[in-house]
Amino acid sequence: MGLIGDEDAVEIRERLKEMVDPVRLIHFTQELNLEYGREAKQLLEEVASLSEKLTLEVYNFLLDKEKVAEYGVDKVPGTAIRNSKDYGIKFYGIPAGYEFSTLLDAILDVSKGDSGLKPESREKLAAVTQPIHLEVFVTPT
Amino acid sequence: MRLAQCFAIENDLIHADAIEASEFPDLSARYHVYAVPRTVINGEGFIEGSLPEDFFLDAVLKAVSPETQDGEAL
Repeated sequence: MGLIGDEDAVEIRERLKEMVDPVRLIHFTQELNLEYGREAKQLLEEVASLSEKLTLEVYNFLLDKEKVAEYGVDKVPGTAIRNSKDYGIKFYGIPAGYEFSTLLDAILDVSKGDSGLKPESREKLAAVTQPIHLEVFVTPT
Repeated sequence: MRLAQCFAIENDLIHADAIEASEFPDLSARYHVYAVPRTVINGEGFIEGSLPEDFFLDAVLKAVSPETQDGEAL
């Protein structure tokens, strides 16, 4: 049985029609040791199947060291969301519940390459000249 | 998380991670995550809860600009 119900799948497929550029979900797992790993991968597989513009790549956190370094993933399950460009957006853990909606937002924003922020915010962000790492702790409920 | 992602899209120097607190208890403990959302900035600064775009952005920028903190002259 799928993690995404039929009705939800229809709704998600409809939302993903807004996608512009193809988006790659690059997922790192370590299934043997993590109870959450299998479910995270399954959820992403189901999402990826809902749009032709979405692809899922799965790597092993322990074995695919080059990819781990390339995408800068430091824990699992971890998923980088990018189009041809890497915007530095990742999800760690299962993006379930409320966070699932955030995942869809991220896919759409990355696909459009547009943040949708106010002009004033864009100006302030363009002026940032030092690295900023934002880690947002969330829960699925 | 939405805003953090948006910031990451706007500037390549900005990276945004969403972390399921319950799946990473050690990391959550290290960053004193007792309520969510809690945003950790460069491993040091914190923002509690969800804020509107302007406030969240200003809080992030303030956290990474030590020269404007501690009541120094503007």
